[in-house]
Amino acid sequence: MIELMHPGLLLVAAGVALAPLRGRARAALTLLAPAVAVALVLALPEGQIWAGSFLGYPIVPFAVDRLSRLFALVFAVMAFGGGLFALKQASRVELPAAFVYAGSAIGVTLAGDLLTVFVFWELMAVGSTLVIWSAGTKDAYRASMRYAMVHLAGGVVLMAGIVGHVAATGSTGFGRMALDSPAQWLILFGFLVNAGAPPLSAWLPDAYPEASWSGTVFLSAFTTKTAVYVLLRGFPGTELLVFVGLVMVFYGIVYALLENDMRRILAYSIVNQVGFMLVGIGIGTQLSLNGAAAHAFTHILYKALLLMSAGAVLYETGRRKCTDLGGLFRTMPLTMVCGTIGALSISAFPLTSGFVSKSMVAKAALDGHLEVVFLLLTAASAGVFLHAGIKFPWFVFFQKDSGLRPPDPPWSQRLAMLLFAALCVGLGVFYEPLYRLLPFPVDFVPYTGAHVVGMLQLLLFSGLAFFVMLPLLKRTLTITLDTDWFYRRLGPVLVSGLESMIVAGDRFVRRAALGTVRAGLRAVTSAFGERGRLARATSTAGMVTWVVVLLTLYLLFYYASQR
Amino acid sequence: MQPHWLVRPRTIRLLWMLFALVLALTVGAEFFVSESAHEGLAHTFGFGAWYGFGACTALILFARLIGMFLKRPDNYYDTGDD
Repeated sequence: MIELMHPGLLLVAAGVALAPLRGRARAALTLLAPAVAVALVLALPEGQIWAGSFLGYPIVPFAVDRLSRLFALVFAVMAFGGGLFALKQASRVELPAAFVYAGSAIGVTLAGDLLTVFVFWELMAVGSTLVIWSAGTKDAYRASMRYAMVHLAGGVVLMAGIVGHVAATGSTGFGRMALDSPAQWLILFGFLVNAGAPPLSAWLPDAYPEASWSGTVFLSAFTTKTAVYVLLRGFPGTELLVFVGLVMVFYGIVYALLENDMRRILAYSIVNQVGFMLVGIGIGTQLSLNGAAAHAFTHILYKALLLMSAGAVLYETGRRKCTDLGGLFRTMPLTMVCGTIGALSISAFPLTSGFVSKSMVAKAALDGHLEVVFLLLTAASAGVFLHAGIKFPWFVFFQKDSGLRPPDPPWSQRLAMLLFAALCVGLGVFYEPLYRLLPFPVDFVPYTGAHVVGMLQLLLFSGLAFFVMLPLLKRTLTITLDTDWFYRRLGPVLVSGLESMIVAGDRFVRRAALGTVRAGLRAVTSAFGERGRLARATSTAGMVTWVVVLLTLYLLFYYASQR
Repeated sequence: MQPHWLVRPRTIRLLWMLFALVLALTVGAEFFVSESAHEGLAHTFGFGAWYGFGACTALILFARLIGMFLKRPDNYYDTGDD
C-alpha cells in the first residue's frame, strides 16, 4: 500500500490543491501534507519501488536507499517548517509553488534514473521561479526571470549530457560517473550550476533575497542541496570538486563581509556552506561523504532558521539593509535568540548541529593528509563565524539603535523558529539519530576535549577579530559586483553596441545596393529611354545606305574568299 | 530615559572583561585536554586562537581590498524605467 505513495508527488499534488484553498482548509493542508510526507519517507522500504520503461529505456521513478532517504527526510521536514512559517503569507501563489518546488526536490532524491532526475529537476526550476516571482515586486519579477534563464540554460546542458550519456552507455541508471566522456562533463556542469558554483554563482545572491519574507526560507533549502545530493551520488571522489568547493567557501565569505542586505549576506553564506559540502564530496572517503551529507542535513535546518529570523525582521519592519536596522533585540527577543542559535549552528559552535557535521569534513581532510585543504577549511570555519555567526545577528539585532521597535512576529512564525532552533540544538546534543541515517557506518566522535577546545578557540578569537576590526566592517550603501555583471551590464552594452553596428552596416549595404540599381537604371535609360540611342527615329534613306554598305562589304569578303 | 542596560558603557566594559577572561580560559584549557594526533601547524600551541584571529584579519583585509575594486552604489543596476 505504502508503495503507491510517492512523498514528492504527494507534495506536488498538495501544492496544486492548495492554490484554490483559503483560511483553515489551506492552513490544515499546508501542515498535513508535509507531515504525511515525513512519515512516508521514514516508512518506505529500501530498493526500487516503481519501475517501468519510457521510449524503450527502463526507468525507475521511485527508489529508496540510505542517501536518498536522508535528503528526502530533511526536505520534507523543511517543507513542514517552511509551510508553518509561511501561514500568514498573503500571496496565493507562493505556498503552492513552494510545495511543488519541495515535492520535486524530493522527487529528485527518490529518482532511480537520470530521466526522472531531469524531469523533477526542471519542475524544481519552475516552482522556485514562481516562488521568487510571487513576491510581487518589479525587482522580484526581474530577478525571477534572470534566475529562470540561468536554470533553464543549466537544464539544457544537463539534458544534453544525459542524452549523450544514455546514447553512449545505453543505460539510464543514475550511479557513480567517472568524468571520462564529454556527456559526463556536461552532466557535472548542469549539476554545478544548481550548486551555485562559480562562474555562475551570482544567480543565488541575485535572486534569493528578492523573494518574500517567507519565500527565501524555502529557496535556501532545495535547489543547492539537491545539487549536493546528485553530486554525492554521481561524482563522489571527483578531485575537481575540492577546488571548486574551496573557491565557493572563500567567495561566500568575502562577498558576505562586503554585503549590506541581511538576506543577501545569508545567501552568500549558502554558497559558502555548499562549498564545504563539495570539498567533502571531492575528498571522497566514507568519512568525508558522510560529512557532506550530514552537513547538508544540518545546514538546511540552520540556514532556514537564520532566514526565518531575517524574514521575521523583514515582515515586521519592511527593511532589509543592515544600515537601516540595529538594536532590535529590545523588542524582538525571541527572533534574536532564534537567529543567534542559527548563527551559532552555522559557525559549528559546540552543542549545535553544525559542530557535529562540519567537523567530519575537516577530519576527513586531515586523515587524508590534505593539510592545505584542512588549513583552508579551518580558516573558512573562522570566516563563517565572522560573516554569518556574528555579522548577521550583530548588525540586525545589536549594532546601533535604529529607533525601530517592532514586536516579535505572529505565532506561526515564532513556532516555526522555535521548532527549528530546537532541531539545531537537539541535533548538536543528540547526534546519534542523525549519524545512524548517514550513507556509511559512522565511526566518528565529535566531542573530544581537544576538538571542543580547538573549536572554541578558533571561534572566540574570530569574534575578537570581528570586534577589534569593527570600524573596517562598517556597512555602506553598496553592492559588490559579481559575475552577474556580465549578463546584467556587459551583455546589454554589447547587444546595444552590436545593434548600432548592425544598423550602420545595414545602412551601408542598402545605400550601396541602391546606388548600383540607380546606376544600372541610368545606363538602361540612356540606351533604351525615349531619347536613348536605340529608341531614336531613323530615316529610311539612312537604312538603305547602311544596307548598301553591308551588301558591298559582303561582296568584297565573298570575292576575297573565292580567291 | 535610561538606555537599555545592555548598551550602557558600564555593561559593555564588563562584557569585554568577561570576553577576555573566556578567551584566556579557552587557551588555558589546552593544558588539560589530551594531545591530539594532529601533525604540522595544527599541532602548535593555541592553534585555534592564533590561526582564527589571523585568518579573520586576513579575510577582512582581503575583503576590503576586493571591495575597493568591486563596490558600487546599491542602485547600480536600477534602470530607472519604473
